[in-house]
Amino acid sequence: MTPNGWIQIALYCAVVLALVKPLGAYMTRVFEGERTLLTPVLGPFERGLYRIAGIDARQEQTWLGYAGAMVLFNAAGFVLLYAILRLQAGLPLNPAEQAAVAPDLAFNTSTSFVTNTNWQSYGGETTLSYLSQMLGLTHQNFVSAASGIAVAVALIRGFSRASTRTLGSFWVDTTRATLYVLLPLCVVLALFYVSQGMPQTLAPSIEATTLEGGKQTIAVGPVASQVAIKMLGTNGGGFFNANAAHPFENPTALANFVQMVTIFAIGAAFTNVFGRMVGDERQGWAILAAMGVLFLVGVAVTYWAEASAGGVLSNLGLSGGNMEGKETRFGIAASALFAVVTTAASCGAVNAMHDSFTALGGLVPLVNMQLGEVIVGGVGAGLYGMLIFVIVAIFVAGLMVGRTPEYLGKKIEAKEVKMAMLGILCLPLAMLGFTALATVLPAGLAGPANAGPHGFSEILYAYTSAAANNGSAFGGLTANTLFYNTTLAVAMLVGRFFIKIPALAIAGSLAAKKTVPASSGTFPTHGGLFVGLLVGVVLIIGGLTFFPSLALGPIVEHFAAVAGQTFATGG
Amino acid sequence: MSRQNQSLFSAALVGPAFLGAFRKLDPRAMIRNPVMFVVEVVAVLTTILFARDALAGGTDLLFSGQIILWLWFTLLFANFAEALAEGRGKAQAESLRRTRTEMTAKRLTGPGRDYETVPGTSLKVGDLVLVEAGDLIPSDGEVVEGVASVNEAAITGESAPVIRESGGDRSAVTGGTQVLSDAIKVRITAAAGSTFVDRMIALVEGAARQKTPNEIALNILLAGLTLVFVFAVASIPSFASYAGGAIPVIVLVALFVTLIPTTIGALLSAIGIAGMDRLVRFNVLAMSGRAVEAAGDVDTLLLDKTGTITLGNRQATEFRPVRGVSEQELADAAQLASLADETPEGRSIVVLAKERYGIRARDMAGLDATFVPFTAQSRMSGVDLDGASIRKGAVEAVIAAVSAQPMAQRGSSAALAYHPAAETEVVDQVRAIAEETAKAGGTPLAVARDGRLLGVVHLKDIVKGGIRERFAELRRMGIRTVMITGDNPVTAAAIAAEAGVDDFLAQATPEDKLALIRREQAEGKLVAMCGDGTNDAPALAQADVGVAMNTGTVAAREAGNMVDLDSDPTKLIEIVGIGKQLLMTRGALTTFSIANDVAKYFAILPAMFLTLYPQLQALNVMGLASPQSAILSAIIFNALIIVALIPLALRGVTYRAVGAAALLRRNLLVYGLGGVLVPFVGIKAIDMAVSALHLA
Repeated sequence: MTPNGWIQIALYCAVVLALVKPLGAYMTRVFEGERTLLTPVLGPFERGLYRIAGIDARQEQTWLGYAGAMVLFNAAGFVLLYAILRLQAGLPLNPAEQAAVAPDLAFNTSTSFVTNTNWQSYGGETTLSYLSQMLGLTHQNFVSAASGIAVAVALIRGFSRASTRTLGSFWVDTTRATLYVLLPLCVVLALFYVSQGMPQTLAPSIEATTLEGGKQTIAVGPVASQVAIKMLGTNGGGFFNANAAHPFENPTALANFVQMVTIFAIGAAFTNVFGRMVGDERQGWAILAAMGVLFLVGVAVTYWAEASAGGVLSNLGLSGGNMEGKETRFGIAASALFAVVTTAASCGAVNAMHDSFTALGGLVPLVNMQLGEVIVGGVGAGLYGMLIFVIVAIFVAGLMVGRTPEYLGKKIEAKEVKMAMLGILCLPLAMLGFTALATVLPAGLAGPANAGPHGFSEILYAYTSAAANNGSAFGGLTANTLFYNTTLAVAMLVGRFFIKIPALAIAGSLAAKKTVPASSGTFPTHGGLFVGLLVGVVLIIGGLTFFPSLALGPIVEHFAAVAGQTFATGG
Repeated sequence: MSRQNQSLFSAALVGPAFLGAFRKLDPRAMIRNPVMFVVEVVAVLTTILFARDALAGGTDLLFSGQIILWLWFTLLFANFAEALAEGRGKAQAESLRRTRTEMTAKRLTGPGRDYETVPGTSLKVGDLVLVEAGDLIPSDGEVVEGVASVNEAAITGESAPVIRESGGDRSAVTGGTQVLSDAIKVRITAAAGSTFVDRMIALVEGAARQKTPNEIALNILLAGLTLVFVFAVASIPSFASYAGGAIPVIVLVALFVTLIPTTIGALLSAIGIAGMDRLVRFNVLAMSGRAVEAAGDVDTLLLDKTGTITLGNRQATEFRPVRGVSEQELADAAQLASLADETPEGRSIVVLAKERYGIRARDMAGLDATFVPFTAQSRMSGVDLDGASIRKGAVEAVIAAVSAQPMAQRGSSAALAYHPAAETEVVDQVRAIAEETAKAGGTPLAVARDGRLLGVVHLKDIVKGGIRERFAELRRMGIRTVMITGDNPVTAAAIAAEAGVDDFLAQATPEDKLALIRREQAEGKLVAMCGDGTNDAPALAQADVGVAMNTGTVAAREAGNMVDLDSDPTKLIEIVGIGKQLLMTRGALTTFSIANDVAKYFAILPAMFLTLYPQLQALNVMGLASPQSAILSAIIFNALIIVALIPLALRGVTYRAVGAAALLRRNLLVYGLGGVLVPFVGIKAIDMAVSALHLA
């Protein structure tokens, strides 16, 4: 660990924090339907879209209507994307003449992008046409992020409204999220990335002759525009197979830094939107503080583990930390930070191979995802995921002040607890259930590249990443098979919709309740006590479930590595 | 019903509870408690497996036998807690049932006093019965004719007789109580089996117990957590097979049972029953558990001024004469006027005159005095003696009476000393003093002698001692208190300030009360109040917690969701405390139960996976002796902690009115952090015992 490394991490946190208030204020205006700086430009366009679609922007929806619209919208997106992937050979903008995508891979990929997971069982530059990348994937990068934001906005309204049945309009929220938040920021970011040397072209791959006289194909394409939304929308699907470790997808240290900042930007600022909309910004800061504590612990552990890799590495005579699988351009600190950021925020882009991290360094990304991506988390998804934990925390501990637990003046009762538990249940079900399946079936056992606990970690990581809608890959797992494509897709669907729909049900139930005025008998939810409680509940309820699986994967690997043992390479 | 505190583990209660623990193993009863039902299913299945293994001559039978034994203990301890909680209620129900012996009733057959004797059970609602001295009142009803003294010790434990009379707010009688004197005609208002005593028995026995909303929500959470751990444990065999090994079923069962929230699951219903029981011990009957819970949530407390905030009676605290009259003279006149006045106010004037001016009580008969009683028309009382007439009463009434008297009839000295201009000045003075008195929260009483105004007696509402501190405590709990009074706003404001209530409703009518409750509720607040009169019934019904006084009318008792057998309105404050305690105990034990899991993982996981990966021995942070003793210790701890926490579940976590933040900090520290640490110590200690005894 070096001072330089810590300064990078501190600088990163400072920049993210500085963005929270301005971005939060802006997004609050957007979702409250108020005028913003961009309204004169985008307003007519927005109204035009509603007119074409036949949407009455003032028509609000109940939670069921909202959820129905959300599912319908995502289903339509899925069908469209699936069709493009299957038909890409015959569609325009295919200079490399890519063949149609296989059915199971198309199913997996469509699900992956619609659920904001962006798990990639394929290599982008060798599988997809430009049309598939731009119209298919980039389009879903925007709208899947926007639909996550919409659900979070609806849940916030559940808290901020009282005695009403409606939560706003899914169509309006999604449109405004895309039009006012994601698009303008992406235009700016894409131009910035181009300035850093990222390609943005529709020209075909470049044929180059190497110094040795060999032929080399250098893939290019509309990279910058996809990278902008890939990070901002916490999508993470790379244009290239190597993702953010590829020099064209992450050309400079500055580009790397900005990419990391944009992963957290909207998610962190959304806590501020929450605070503003419920009328007490401190509530938002408290939630961000809980996320921050978990994040900093993760960063510290990973950085320490990677920088001071002892055990097996020192037995091999290596010093100076673990550089395997890392770009020398970024070094250990920026790679460790990136790994924690991308898994904390449900992004899934990688600038280093997590598979090559030390056992503990790889454990942190895994835990980040198993906690349900609530450490800042995916855009919108992080907030509603965390609010589900808040409900459980408030319910358990709130009773200890001698009142029916309430949060922001809303009583937490059977219905909310039921839905929150449903949301919490679905993750261990998908993550552990499918891992258990894959570790006994031959089709599953064929996947991992390593034997022993590390191979186990590869499988566990894949399902964890899918169900948490992260999309990052540990690497090492051969996932483009019928078995993995299908089961991972199902895990993604469970992890997305079995949280989103309960979150909306909670929102509907809360909105219908009266808001109880706070008194000195009310449990205060903006102080350090609440932050500590929330962290504890996330770790114990979200984390303990996975202790056995972690013990058999990274933990045993760690103890073995400390003792200088390795496991034989095999299946 | 006695109020004596039975010790928690008295032999009389433990014996039946012990049997009850076995009886409650019936799965039909267990299924009400999802967590413990799961434990029972697991216990049955492992017992069957064990029997099979034993017949087949399996290995490690001692170890698995012990685990299974402790599984059953876990269940029995949970049932024991519930049976013990119920047992305390049952004992009370028994004493109630004794009062409900076979009763006969004198059913009236005509408008007179003709009756036929019928069994009490055959009475129908609307029947008229005659109850004479010595008779037991056969069923709940309302006095329609007559007045009688009634011994209600059977339900209140208070042996002093109470008066029950037709009309008014003291017309309700309860079946099973005894008429001591006179005779009354009672209209029956409850059919056999649904009387007050019947309901009391059902309540204290827990037969009528339904899960409260909060309990339902908690059960959902616990069931959800149980499911989470089903996934966590059920996935282990495949993980183990990947690692090239297998985990014995009994070990998986041990891990599962220790992880699911058995501690709170086992004690949840005991906590609820004990909460109701605490109220009963307090001589308050809650008609539903929901009401007890709501009591903990109360935001606004409506309290009647008289009897709750102030002593029932006003007392004279000061004599304020007009100019030219000495205090002594005023005191003397006021004392004379009050000698025959038996009202508490009148007596307090006599007491004050004696204490402050040494004016001794005089014998009315010896003075040849005639007492002029208070009437609603005159609004004055007084005395005529030796040709002198002294009056005291409402200020305006006395002024009016003085002005109406012709000059000639006034006392000679008065006639000489005063002329009309001076007279208006005296009236103005009296009015000014009266105004000041009212502003200070008192009631002014004007005194005149022989048509001459002497001054004003300051009658003061005496705020109960310590009540101010109680309200400060309530404020710290976050509860707003509102004083309800018939006084005018000026007086009400002064008393409100003195008592330290947050708000007041002056000149309150029953409609005002109802409107106030609705207004508070519209703001999302929960309101508690108590009342006794029929005109309180709508407000009692509207309030979230309505405590009816046992002395009140049938209508009031029906409308409220709690009945205070002692008819003490101040109890509302304690009721709130009991409600809070109930919720706190649940939260504390849930937190403790969940926090325990950390240590249990560290005990069982390394033991379980040791055969797969010896490196995981590093996770055995407690240094437990062997894998088997580690697993056994964890499951023993899991069972024993239930027993250890039974007293806490039954007594409840202590509630301190220190504000939510401080309360939460303390409870999180004790039950959250404590819940993480205690099992590390406990499991280690049990492990040392287990290995010392060579049990594993």
